[in-house]
Amino acid sequence: MGNFSQLVYLVPLFPLIGFLINGLLWNKMPKSLAGIIGSAAILASFCVSMGIFFEVKSASFHEPVIVNLFDFIQSGKLHIPLAFQVDQLSSLFLLIITGVGFLIHVYSASYMSHDEGMVKYFAYLNLFVFSMLLLILGANYLVMFIGWEGVGLCSYLLIGFWFKKREYTNAAKKAFVMNRIGDLGFLVGMLLVLYNFGTLSYKEFFTTLSATGASMPPATITAITICFFIGATGKSAQIPLYTWLPDAMAGPTPVSALIHAATMVTAGIYMIARSHVLYSLAPFTLNIVAIVGLATALLAASIAIRQNDIKKVLAYSTVSQLGFMFLALGVGAYTTAVFHVMTHAFFKALMFLGSGSVIHAMGGEQDIRKMGGLGKKMKITSVTFLIGCLAISGFPLLSGFFSKDAILTAAFAHNPVLFGLGVLAAMMTAFYMFRLYFLTFTGTFRGTHDQEHHLHESPIAMTGPLMILAILSIIGGYVGLPEVMSEHNLFNEYLAPVVKNFGEHHLSAATEWMLMGISTGASLIMIGFAYSATKSAAFPESTGIAKVLENKWYVDELYDTIIVRPIEALSGVLDRFVEKMGIDGIVNGVGKTVKWGGDRLRMLQTGQVGFYIFIMVIGMLALFTLSFFWIK
Amino acid sequence: MDIYSILFWFLSAMAVGCALGVILSRNPVNSVMFLILTFFAISGHYILMNAQFLAVVNIIVYAGAIMVLFLFVIMLMNLNADVEPQKGMMIQLAGVISGGTLFLVVLMGLTTAKSELIDPRSSDIGLISNLGKVLFTRYVLPFEISSVLFLSAMIGAVVIGKKENIPASDKTEIV
Amino acid sequence: MPVSSTHYLFLSLLLFSIGIMGTLMRRNAIIIFMCIELMLNAVNLLLVAFSKIYSDADAQLFVFFIMVVAAAEVAVGLAVIVMMYRKVHSVDINILNRLKH
Repeated sequence: MGNFSQLVYLVPLFPLIGFLINGLLWNKMPKSLAGIIGSAAILASFCVSMGIFFEVKSASFHEPVIVNLFDFIQSGKLHIPLAFQVDQLSSLFLLIITGVGFLIHVYSASYMSHDEGMVKYFAYLNLFVFSMLLLILGANYLVMFIGWEGVGLCSYLLIGFWFKKREYTNAAKKAFVMNRIGDLGFLVGMLLVLYNFGTLSYKEFFTTLSATGASMPPATITAITICFFIGATGKSAQIPLYTWLPDAMAGPTPVSALIHAATMVTAGIYMIARSHVLYSLAPFTLNIVAIVGLATALLAASIAIRQNDIKKVLAYSTVSQLGFMFLALGVGAYTTAVFHVMTHAFFKALMFLGSGSVIHAMGGEQDIRKMGGLGKKMKITSVTFLIGCLAISGFPLLSGFFSKDAILTAAFAHNPVLFGLGVLAAMMTAFYMFRLYFLTFTGTFRGTHDQEHHLHESPIAMTGPLMILAILSIIGGYVGLPEVMSEHNLFNEYLAPVVKNFGEHHLSAATEWMLMGISTGASLIMIGFAYSATKSAAFPESTGIAKVLENKWYVDELYDTIIVRPIEALSGVLDRFVEKMGIDGIVNGVGKTVKWGGDRLRMLQTGQVGFYIFIMVIGMLALFTLSFFWIK
Repeated sequence: MDIYSILFWFLSAMAVGCALGVILSRNPVNSVMFLILTFFAISGHYILMNAQFLAVVNIIVYAGAIMVLFLFVIMLMNLNADVEPQKGMMIQLAGVISGGTLFLVVLMGLTTAKSELIDPRSSDIGLISNLGKVLFTRYVLPFEISSVLFLSAMIGAVVIGKKENIPASDKTEIV
Repeated sequence: MPVSSTHYLFLSLLLFSIGIMGTLMRRNAIIIFMCIELMLNAVNLLLVAFSKIYSDADAQLFVFFIMVVAAAEVAVGLAVIVMMYRKVHSVDINILNRLKH
């Protein structure tokens, strides 16, 4: 086993090189080559990540390895190096990102092959992976922040990838602005850490914190954690900053799969898991995290029930699943949250790519009311999508079952109410996922004749990643078997050296089995219910609560009314009175005064030399008079 | 009243009177003649103050060379006839008043100045040997530079006075 | 009344003021030029007077240099006036109001 952790800089280096090649040669590069370069860069990173993962897993690895590249900021006492930290947590995320990222790159090479901006697309995608790896690998908050901003930029670029459509660029702007709000929170949190502890490096910070944390004023810790959490709500689409994520579906579908489902949106969870030492000292913030997470899970799941756009359903499902992860973080089950991040990355990427395959076959149609019966024509897509649906719904023995069950168990141990609401959200999840599945893949086709004729299974480059992800969705959960099923929870044991769960309660085996039964049973009932609800495939005008759900609880309208409109009105007033009349008035007034005065003074310039001499003498007189009679 | 005072008052009256003649006579040739007389009066003052070298130089350079140059230019332009258009009365009055005011203002300022008597006895600092010693020791560099100044002034005068070779098409543009 | 520095001050001042008046009153460029020479001479006179009072040869050398500069100035100035006469056939400075435009 080589010393892979010292080579960690290679992992972000490959995507950076890919980005530079594709980005600088964008107008000369053939499309197929761009796809190959982009995918190869990620594959290379994945190989190095594998090496790092196995090295970290081996028994000889004890301490986190910190690789210093160079000094980033060196000013007085402040010393911030550009350093990478290799430990269990980061190596796990490396695998998820480069692994899922590679599959999505391969998929994209086929999916985007008809798009004129394909080279640009791969440049952005590689830049995204680079930023994400920076975020994960950074050994201090500043490096994480650089990656954090980088992924935000790439998200903006890729949401607005088809920038010729006005609404798409608006969606991109919305995502960017919403993220900025969260980023400000993160930045303030970082500055608070810097101010109170004088370091941003994880190692020093957490060491100081465990040594003196108890003596720190709780208000400081709470303020820092709240600020970080605000950053996480922006990036990971939690209440109140979640509305950008559904709109972000404007981007190409593989982008939704990579950025807005599998990797970037989990950055908030990674950040809190990374800072778990800090969060464990702030129970108040943890409660907020749990409540916000649960509320998001419920709200987004309820909205997803009545959405008809295949990608919107998946987007709200992502928001809802992210809510679950935050619930896990909030109850102190950090490893469980990370576990769900991993399984979610598998099955949600699978479903997004599946939906991409469907959209591809439908010629761009995204409305599930116009689909139906696709399962006959698209066997692989249909089967893999079904596996994804079963996994997310918590069907026994699939990956989602284990991770979701672990979250619900931890929630029950913390507070049974949280468990009850969590099960409710899980039931809704099962319902809307299978509503989506049944409407899309079963029954009869409801689209136009042309579309029906055009239906076909996608090429192997697209179905290949689907199959791999489907397999991962099935077996991915077995690394984290609950304690009642297996003596060893491999996942928790792997992460144990870096992430310690907070306030762990031990439930009796019987209780755990019972909880598992409740949630599974409830999900299965909802699947049946979804089948009966979609059998008729009729779409009456929705009324009452359904209409509210269809309109996403009117949250966008609410934000528009209470935030956007007043700000626009205030800006209008400022523009009219302060800017136009005040500042412009002063500026123009100065100009006008000078011009007016110039017009008058111009009269003095007769151009006659005699007059100038006369004025000069008058001036001399005045100066003499002054000097002789006033200045003594 | 010793002879010194008499000469002083006489030369002063002559200088002021001739200066007034310069600015008041209508004919430029007369103005030049009055100015030459003014310079003679000033040279007389120099002799009174034992600055014999300067007195001689003043007559040779000013009265001799410069004023002859003036006279030459006036004759060349045929300005001896009284053809100069006059300024309006108001402007002339304004000129006189402002000049007079300047005189009065500076006079007022100088009333507090300390009065030093002029020693009528002769001294030898204004003699050419003394001035020569100072000029070629302490002031040798400015002296040399002044020769450069003369050279450049000479070249300048030649360049300015040279007849331009104006292309026929451009002639109309020059007023 | 013995002659003192005050007398010379007044005399120079008077000559200087006459020079100023001439400059302001006349329109003929040559006369104005001559008035400037008059003013220079007024200053020269004062310098020589102080040289006598303080027995200092430096002041007389300054007079000498002023004459040098004046001679150079006259050479160039008269050339300019001749040029001007050649262009506009007049030495009236009121014609030279081009600065206005």
